[in-house]
Amino acid sequence: MRASDLSHHVSKWFDGSGPGADIVISSRIRLARNLAGYEFLPCLTTRRQAEVMEKLTKALLSLELGEAVFFIDVDASSALEQDVLVERHLISRQHARSKGPRGAVIAPSESFTAMINEEDHLRIQVFKTGLQLRECWQQIDRIDSCIEEKVDYAFDPGYGYLTACPTNVGTGIRVSVMVHLPALKMTGQIDKFFNAARDSDLMVRGLFGEGTEAVGDFFQVSNQVTLGVSEEQIVDEFVDLIVPKITQYEAMAREVLLNQQSDAVDDKIQRALGVLRSARLISSQEALFLLSHVRLGINLGRVDGISIDAVNELFMLTQPAHLQMNSGGALDADHRDAMRAKMIRSKLCVN
Amino acid sequence: MLCQSCNERTATIHLTEISEGMRMESHLCEVCAQKQGLAIKSQIPLNELLSTLLAAQSEPHSSEAAPEAAADTSCPACGMTLKKFIQKSQLGCPHDYEAFGEPLQGVIQKAQNGHLRHCGKVPSKTPVDARDQIQLMNLRQQLEEAVRNEDYEKAAKLRDKMENLQ
Ligand SMILES: [Zn+2]
Ligand SMILES: [Zn+2]
Repeated sequence: MRASDLSHHVSKWFDGSGPGADIVISSRIRLARNLAGYEFLPCLTTRRQAEVMEKLTKALLSLELGEAVFFIDVDASSALEQDVLVERHLISRQHARSKGPRGAVIAPSESFTAMINEEDHLRIQVFKTGLQLRECWQQIDRIDSCIEEKVDYAFDPGYGYLTACPTNVGTGIRVSVMVHLPALKMTGQIDKFFNAARDSDLMVRGLFGEGTEAVGDFFQVSNQVTLGVSEEQIVDEFVDLIVPKITQYEAMAREVLLNQQSDAVDDKIQRALGVLRSARLISSQEALFLLSHVRLGINLGRVDGISIDAVNELFMLTQPAHLQMNSGGALDADHRDAMRAKMIRSKLCVN
Repeated sequence: MLCQSCNERTATIHLTEISEGMRMESHLCEVCAQKQGLAIKSQIPLNELLSTLLAAQSEPHSSEAAPEAAADTSCPACGMTLKKFIQKSQLGCPHDYEAFGEPLQGVIQKAQNGHLRHCGKVPSKTPVDARDQIQLMNLRQQLEEAVRNEDYEKAAKLRDKMENLQ
């Protein structure tokens, strides 16, 4: 299995089939682990880094997950292959671009992925669609324990699991939900969400694009504190407090749009559709921005004849690396924009 | 290019929006983009936290040698120094947690909302006695917190768990 085998379909965690997935697209839990007896990556020689990779790859490939996992040598992959994995959130941009022996072990359903020699020796992740954090924790806890039978993790009774960066020490856990908040954005209330996140010590990032941009109203919300609270406590707080609050804000904003500003919201949705159906050149940012309005329109029941699946697929497959991989190689920006526009037209035009 | 909203800071976020049928290019600084929900507050980088902390520690001495001395602490196992850790914000090996002692403790406490003790999963390989010990300690901590918050239902559950372990 290779990156090019994945790039034709939407990731399972983005397919919108999970509970509450119109707002909470997906749930993700990541654990950071390091091997005892080995330096962290900044001080690890290339030879020992290769040793770490061999040990972990062996342990991961023998996992019983109900599907055969496969290994990708990230160091030997092309930049385009790496970028496809980054766009699918299977590896991080940092992992793609760093140096030395490093790899990824991925389940074909993409519900499980492991990065070897990223910032820590091992980072495992479990994804599920919709709000399913408790299920994610059960699964990753089990996988982690299976790996732990085969290797020795660096663990300290006081500090817990030791990580290269002290911001991950303790549980090494990062609990995240990816949320779509177009109505909060449209009604100018996105601050509400940022403030709630800040008050609960949460970290917010954009789901698509690089750096601090949040294009398309998709956000990823994660815990920051990893020490002094148990994994279950963090998950419970998300499921019982944080997610209901975010969902409620967005649902209220959608109500307001429907009841008080239905002409304005219909106008936005239909104009977005108009541009998407007729544009001949469209950038990735513009596409995300307009598709976000269409996704909201479908979830509000204001759009007929377009399935949510089609829109979710476009979010994923119109990303730059996916577009290039699926058209057989590197394309310059103009050709990408033309190709993207064509793909969107063929998906959204009813003939 | 200056931010078109405040006309003060440099625009670093460039977006194309479609509004009222018009294609609009927005060029915003991070602050203004944040206000509109287009960008996200970046985290305080750990190295910033680290350097302010070390600076604060060396203040009473006022001599220039003090920060140097603090930054010179090194780990005997991997050779990582506090100074290098501040630059990279990544440690060199598991022993650094002990080698960098109090300065690192201070950083962890700041980054981890005041916490200093792990409370959660313990590797199943840990000898049973040691594992129970760690879990008991964690449960005791949670119990104290539950009592402090007057969450007696939770406290009762935690007490039952502790009794099972003892
Ligand atoms: Zn500005
Ligand atoms: Zn060290």
